[in-house]
Amino acid sequence: MSNANTNANANAPTPASSGRVAENRIIKAVANFLEWYGVPRLIITCFLLALLILAVIYRMDLGSLLGDSLKRVGMNGLLVLAMVPTITCGAGLNFGLPVGIICGLVGGVFSMSMNLTGFTGFFVAILLALPLSVIAGWLYAKLLEKVAGQEMMVGTYVGFSVVAGMAIFWLTAPIKNPSMIFAIGGQGLRYTLTLYDYYAGVLNNFLAFNIVIGNFAMTIPTGLLLFFGFFCVLMYLFFRSRTGLAMLAVGSNPEYAASSGINIRKMRYTGVIMSTVLGAIGIIVYAQSYGFLQLYNAPLYMAFPAIAAILIGGATLRKATISQVIIGSILFFTLLTTALPVVQTVLDGSEVGGGISEIARMIIQNGAILYALTRVGRR
Amino acid sequence: MPEKVPAQSANTPNAQTQAHAHAHVNTKKIGAVLGKNSVPIFFLLLSIGGIIAAGLDINYLINELLGRLGRNSFLVLSLLIPIIAGLGLNFGIVVGAMAGQAALIITTHYGWTGLGGFGLAALISVPIAMVLGWLTALVLNKAKGREMVTGMILGFFANGVYQLVFLVLLGWVIPMKNPAIMLPSGIGLKNTIDLFDISYALDRGLDFIWDGFIMTEVGSIPIGPWRIPILTLVVTALLAWAISFLIRTRLGQQMRAVGQDMHIAEVAGINVNRTRTVALVISTVLAAWGQLIFLQNIGTMNTYNSHEQVGTFAIAALLVGGATTRKATIWNAIVGVLLFHTLFIVSPLAGQKLLGIPQVGEYFRVFLAYGVIAVALALHAWQAKVKSNKELRGE
Repeated sequence: MSNANTNANANAPTPASSGRVAENRIIKAVANFLEWYGVPRLIITCFLLALLILAVIYRMDLGSLLGDSLKRVGMNGLLVLAMVPTITCGAGLNFGLPVGIICGLVGGVFSMSMNLTGFTGFFVAILLALPLSVIAGWLYAKLLEKVAGQEMMVGTYVGFSVVAGMAIFWLTAPIKNPSMIFAIGGQGLRYTLTLYDYYAGVLNNFLAFNIVIGNFAMTIPTGLLLFFGFFCVLMYLFFRSRTGLAMLAVGSNPEYAASSGINIRKMRYTGVIMSTVLGAIGIIVYAQSYGFLQLYNAPLYMAFPAIAAILIGGATLRKATISQVIIGSILFFTLLTTALPVVQTVLDGSEVGGGISEIARMIIQNGAILYALTRVGRR
Repeated sequence: MPEKVPAQSANTPNAQTQAHAHAHVNTKKIGAVLGKNSVPIFFLLLSIGGIIAAGLDINYLINELLGRLGRNSFLVLSLLIPIIAGLGLNFGIVVGAMAGQAALIITTHYGWTGLGGFGLAALISVPIAMVLGWLTALVLNKAKGREMVTGMILGFFANGVYQLVFLVLLGWVIPMKNPAIMLPSGIGLKNTIDLFDISYALDRGLDFIWDGFIMTEVGSIPIGPWRIPILTLVVTALLAWAISFLIRTRLGQQMRAVGQDMHIAEVAGINVNRTRTVALVISTVLAAWGQLIFLQNIGTMNTYNSHEQVGTFAIAALLVGGATTRKATIWNAIVGVLLFHTLFIVSPLAGQKLLGIPQVGEYFRVFLAYGVIAVALALHAWQAKVKSNKELRGE
């Protein structure tokens, strides 16, 4: 981006003809716009607009499309927010998010095994997950400290191995609640645990209301959005605090931070632990909205959509803001939610429909991550 | 010889290198050998424990291992050259595996059979893999220092493109009609494709001389039944020889120099990006062939899954054999395949015997594959950090 910009600048002062000047001005304006808006964000925005226009043309139920999208944004929002602390403290994208997710799942499972329902069940799940995720985050930070420079690769496989190792725990967990364990054998948690009798939808339904304008009807999951918003505000305030400012300094310029007396090690630990805790709370929010706790291999790839969302929001490997979290979540998850029904309607029940939207997800998600990985210059 | 200089500076801080071990004798030497091979020794002990716990029949194990050695070694060997060229573990071999499958889909469509059909698939896969390898190199050359994570994501991305081509475009945009391998709607390939046309084409390619079947008795101890995939093992051995030959050529020297230190290699007049590209193209072509060998042994292709785990399992096997992200030998590959697959065979059985739950073993081997990679990557990154810290302090 900056390259294109300098080229445009270099060309500008040589006015061979007035047409050339105008052309250069346009190039410069386009380059500036692209730099400001970001290529991935632009592509996704165009995709999303196209899908929404198609939805309008085919007279689809826009209200439910947008309502579902909003739900999906709130459901994944905290997992996306979990990327901010690690990026800011200089540890890069948190590919090891499953470490936190697993802690959240343990909290969720034990809260369920105590037969707690409603908000009690939800908050007990979080309370149980908190100490676990702080400890796990601390251990994970200790490991990442030793492998500085390779955090992303090591994080990915640490996440994978924790998920695979915990599968053995789910199989042998000392839980007797018959609605949670396999019907046959009397041991081992089921692959997905249904939360409907426990704390499914407690946030989604809290203060939820409908907007109805003629044919347009849309449900607003108020509690879910408030919860996400609350954590965004907390994060925003944190980066205004002394510790938060120190963390920003560590991420953007470690040498300067060290010379001004900031304890880099402590900041990186704080960032990684914060991210792990957010991952744990994030998966409980996700599960209550989805209605199921997904165990075993389900959390394996959960870091990737969150990573893609924040990158689509305009974050880089070194810098991320709360607004990028919100914009990225809205763009990416609305796209994911609307793609399937719109494509299916447009292709009119053709078997290809389901395939295409899943393929589009894979290409967009991983394309966005690839773009970010190849963009930053050598260190 | 410009590569000598970085080679020395890279070796000195590592007390476990051969040069160091030679300076001392006997006990220290044995200790160094043990230390150097601690990873394979650990997995050997784990394997033996598993075999005893599962009460496994040794003849069954050997027969299984012979088959798996033939089926997996080629893929694992395809990882070596990028490691030498300093690209680390090439998670991008998934892309090569896709090229192999694409070629196989073409030959299956036209119904080419036997060793001839297999050879044709190998030929067709070369241009596809070369283009894909070149594209991989374009991406990875832009992500220096992050090649592994980028290669992994590239594999996921390529999987999306692969599915786009074979699930959506085939039959819709690309004209093709073949009810045997395509979905009833006429668009996209079936989830599993029967490969009986080329099944065992290579494994049993020398059957007209000897079918590799062993079943005899030594005293009263039964030996066999084993079935040796002779031609596959011959081809794998040829590849091993070719790789060790390549390393000693001028190109191989350049790759080593680039692997030791890109900047010094650049100063010495080596085209770094070109050398890395060549390494990746070779690796991708070999991975395509490796996937062909794998699939002719398995006999069916899971069109959309067969390639997904190729990278993970090949890399885990290589690391179990004692390789690191910067140093890997042919022996690491072969020992790794044997040990990793022993554990693969044994762990579900051991899980069943020890805990009464067979899934424990299933999950344990997945955990093993991921865990080995995580530990190896962490150890390597940690050593690299210690080394650079020492250099900073001028030691």
